[in-house]
Amino acid sequence: MMGGLKAKHQRLVLVVIALVALIGAGLLAASALRNQASYFYVPTQMAEDPPAPGQAVRLGGMVQEGSLKTMSDGITITFLVGDGDVTVPVRFAGILPDLFVEGSGVVAEGKLDASGTFVADNLLAKHDENYVPRELQDMTEHQKNQVVAETEAGA
Amino acid sequence: MKRWTLWVPLALFVSFCALAAYQLTRPKTEFVASTMIGKPLPEFALRAAVADRPALSSADFRDGKPRLFNIFASWCIPCAAEAPQLEALRRRGADIVSVAIRDHPEDVAYFLARYGNPYSKIGADDLSEVQLGIGSSGVPETFVIDGKGVIRYQHIGDIRASDVPVLLEKLEEARR
Amino acid sequence: MIAELGLAALWLAAALAALQLVAGAFAQRDGAAELAALARPAAIIQGLLAAFSFLMLLILFARTDLSVKLVAMNSHSAKPMIFKLSGAFGNHEGSMLLWITVMALAGALIAAVERRLPERTMMATLGAQAFVGLGFYAFLLFSSNPFERLPEPALEGMGLNPLLQDIGLVFHPPTLYVGYVGLSVAFSFAVGALLTRQVTPDFARAMRPWVLGAWIFLTLGITAGSYWAYYELGWGGWWFWDPVENASLMPWLAATALLHSASVLAARDALRAWTIMLGVVAFSMSMVGTFLVRSGILTSVHAFAVDPERGTFILILLSIYIGGALLLFGLRAGTVAEGERFSVTSREAALVFNNVMLSAILGIVLLGTLYPLVTEAFDVRVSVGPPYFNPVGAIFVVPMLIVMAVGPLLRWRQDSVARIRLPMVIAATATLAVLFLVMLTSDIGILPLLGLSLSFGLAIASFMPLRGRKLRMLPLATWGMVMAHFGIAVSLFGMACESAFSEETLAAVEIGDSAEVGPWSVALSEVRPTAGPNWTALEGRLMVSYDGGKPREIDPQSRNFWAPPQETTESALVTRWNGQLYAVIGREAGDGRWQLRLWWKPFVTLIWYGGVLIALGGVLALIGRLLNDLKRRSVKSRGAARREAQA
Repeated sequence: MMGGLKAKHQRLVLVVIALVALIGAGLLAASALRNQASYFYVPTQMAEDPPAPGQAVRLGGMVQEGSLKTMSDGITITFLVGDGDVTVPVRFAGILPDLFVEGSGVVAEGKLDASGTFVADNLLAKHDENYVPRELQDMTEHQKNQVVAETEAGA
Repeated sequence: MKRWTLWVPLALFVSFCALAAYQLTRPKTEFVASTMIGKPLPEFALRAAVADRPALSSADFRDGKPRLFNIFASWCIPCAAEAPQLEALRRRGADIVSVAIRDHPEDVAYFLARYGNPYSKIGADDLSEVQLGIGSSGVPETFVIDGKGVIRYQHIGDIRASDVPVLLEKLEEARR
Repeated sequence: MIAELGLAALWLAAALAALQLVAGAFAQRDGAAELAALARPAAIIQGLLAAFSFLMLLILFARTDLSVKLVAMNSHSAKPMIFKLSGAFGNHEGSMLLWITVMALAGALIAAVERRLPERTMMATLGAQAFVGLGFYAFLLFSSNPFERLPEPALEGMGLNPLLQDIGLVFHPPTLYVGYVGLSVAFSFAVGALLTRQVTPDFARAMRPWVLGAWIFLTLGITAGSYWAYYELGWGGWWFWDPVENASLMPWLAATALLHSASVLAARDALRAWTIMLGVVAFSMSMVGTFLVRSGILTSVHAFAVDPERGTFILILLSIYIGGALLLFGLRAGTVAEGERFSVTSREAALVFNNVMLSAILGIVLLGTLYPLVTEAFDVRVSVGPPYFNPVGAIFVVPMLIVMAVGPLLRWRQDSVARIRLPMVIAATATLAVLFLVMLTSDIGILPLLGLSLSFGLAIASFMPLRGRKLRMLPLATWGMVMAHFGIAVSLFGMACESAFSEETLAAVEIGDSAEVGPWSVALSEVRPTAGPNWTALEGRLMVSYDGGKPREIDPQSRNFWAPPQETTESALVTRWNGQLYAVIGREAGDGRWQLRLWWKPFVTLIWYGGVLIALGGVLALIGRLLNDLKRRSVKSRGAARREAQA
């Protein structure tokens, strides 16, 4: 149907189609990124301005000493993640990551449920020689001091 | 083809470079400073890491004498690199105690035989409890602890020759 | 001594690259024939020297020479030999040396065999290759010297990340690197062609085997990497949209687009500027990906050592090479004469459409990978994962798959839809039949549903180009295309099944008890300690039986490495023709029960078999092209000999 178009027009049409597709892709990507990127929260932020229940976010903080409990099914665990000011209850069903211990930093990926418990699909926890979850470095000094003080008190 | 479209890729790439350059210039400290400075050491009592040095507990620090507290491991290369500097510190009068992080006694003994043993006491911190407790996130690190057992200063990474006077000075400050 | 030899060879290779650049540049002017004659030998010797240097590094690692810093940091005497060797490139410095080695060898190979292009274009190409190489030599020699000695030999090595002590990873990085760096040839060809304004079908024909070769390695590398992540990370997933994975996917997308647009240029002399741009973009994506991963400005589960100074160095290299090439493109592409026309219903049009789709997907992956960087500039931390990539990518993948089914049936230049109505109807019927069948029988998500039905349509359509052709006369390249397209369908089917029909069980099981997952019954008979050369582990003994059949034993482990100390989970797999059972053992629940995580993943293996088929298709096409070239060359030389004899 376009076989009869002039060469110049044909090129123009091609370029326009390509540009429209690419710009469309860009716009689509931009809007999707705004909605689908999972934001990082520390417990204080989660308490002040909680994400909508069901929205995928990440929660970072310290696993509070003495808060880790295994449910009777043997696979669901609950614990508190705190940043010194606030703690958020977290529930996770699955195999705990290596080196996950009380008092260590954790980044949990998951969603807040209606009751205010954070349901984690995945835990990124590592406190080996040279690694601290990067986001934890963002906690304010005050928060970090508090975390340490609190974990000390709990110990 | 429209002429200006030929410049689109370059424009996109330039914006990428600007973004990346901006990210690179943002200071990104890889070190995580301890939040325990100015606070007393947590309570601990570790077993001895090697046969010829006594064990280490938090009580050992409260004898009125400031000392250096070194965190090391036999599997850590920078720890071997800082050995001469630790030895220099010892010769200049610093009392150095240490914990070996997640280590085996025979490995520690071999390490000390090879690189020298500047430590007066060595505790075995098999679960990194003490390390985490004093806010250290890596090996090696060196802390200055005053005579009341309060953490006064933290040095992260291996001790270079230029760090020796700094540590001695901090030790002197802790004496006051 | 060996370390010094390696370093010396590296310096010499860098010097030869400089010579090659100068020779290539002077050859652009008339009357510099002597100098120009140096370019090819310089490229060949440079390749040999770089390879020698890499060999020296391998020897150092094989001997665990702990006086060399890199060995001490990344190896350990207790490691099995194969992992000692793979330790040589499992780190920043070694992998950069591998990078430059592959690049120099590729340069040597074009210098040795490529005779089709006009000599001036060839010289410009070699010059460009040397120019890019020089930057990487400088990077290696000034900021990441792999041969640096320690003042005092280390007592013992620091080992290698235990996650990386895996046979898959022995072959994975070199394979990917050959792919990444192989694209540098396309980049140099594109720059050479722009400099001399020789964008011709001959140029596309000369470039095509190189792109094809790099693309085969990329395909294999991505496939292997995905399988590695699947069974080693113990998370049961096969693609995580992690920056490292995206860094390998982006060059593949660009190379796939380039492959197809080069075909259009070779066959029909159209898409000149577009092909040139893809040539530049493909290698740029390799470099950008490497930069993002290596500079530490994006963090990843596979992260390498982070060093902002190195990041700055690579960024400067990137801006010179990519910026320079794109600047050249902006200046010159307008003067490249326009190519041939074609109609909307033609094979060219289908290829153009899919090129645009591939570019859009590339853009989407790139945006998603960079987005955390953008928001970080505003102090907001985000991560971007499957909820973004999957649906947004699918919007472009689905039309691409449809056009991919139809495109190969069309003729070049001009065709009519009526001619291919029958095969189109057959493929569409198959797609819709599966779509409705699955919709009626099960309740699965929209993306797996589309994937499942399109995979059937595409599988059938991929064989349609064989219809009515004499199979024995069919060129190998066509067989290659059929096989690669069929591989896409196979892989897609695996992906759709995995995401639609996987079943998962998480249970705490006492010894002697059992759990069910899908058709499997899994009994835990024992948990026992076990040990390897540099690890100890708790090993679970599971007796598994499929649908009440004969039980067999598998042993997932939770491993403890001691240098450096780290734990990993070793999954255990049972592969059947129709899927895989995937088992991971966790901790003791505290009351004598053990955590087991089990998946039944129907047809999951097809994902990787599909990947292998795609790569095999590439190999067939490559062989076909090379045989053709040889034939053409011998005809030409016979003709020349005859002319000479007559004269």
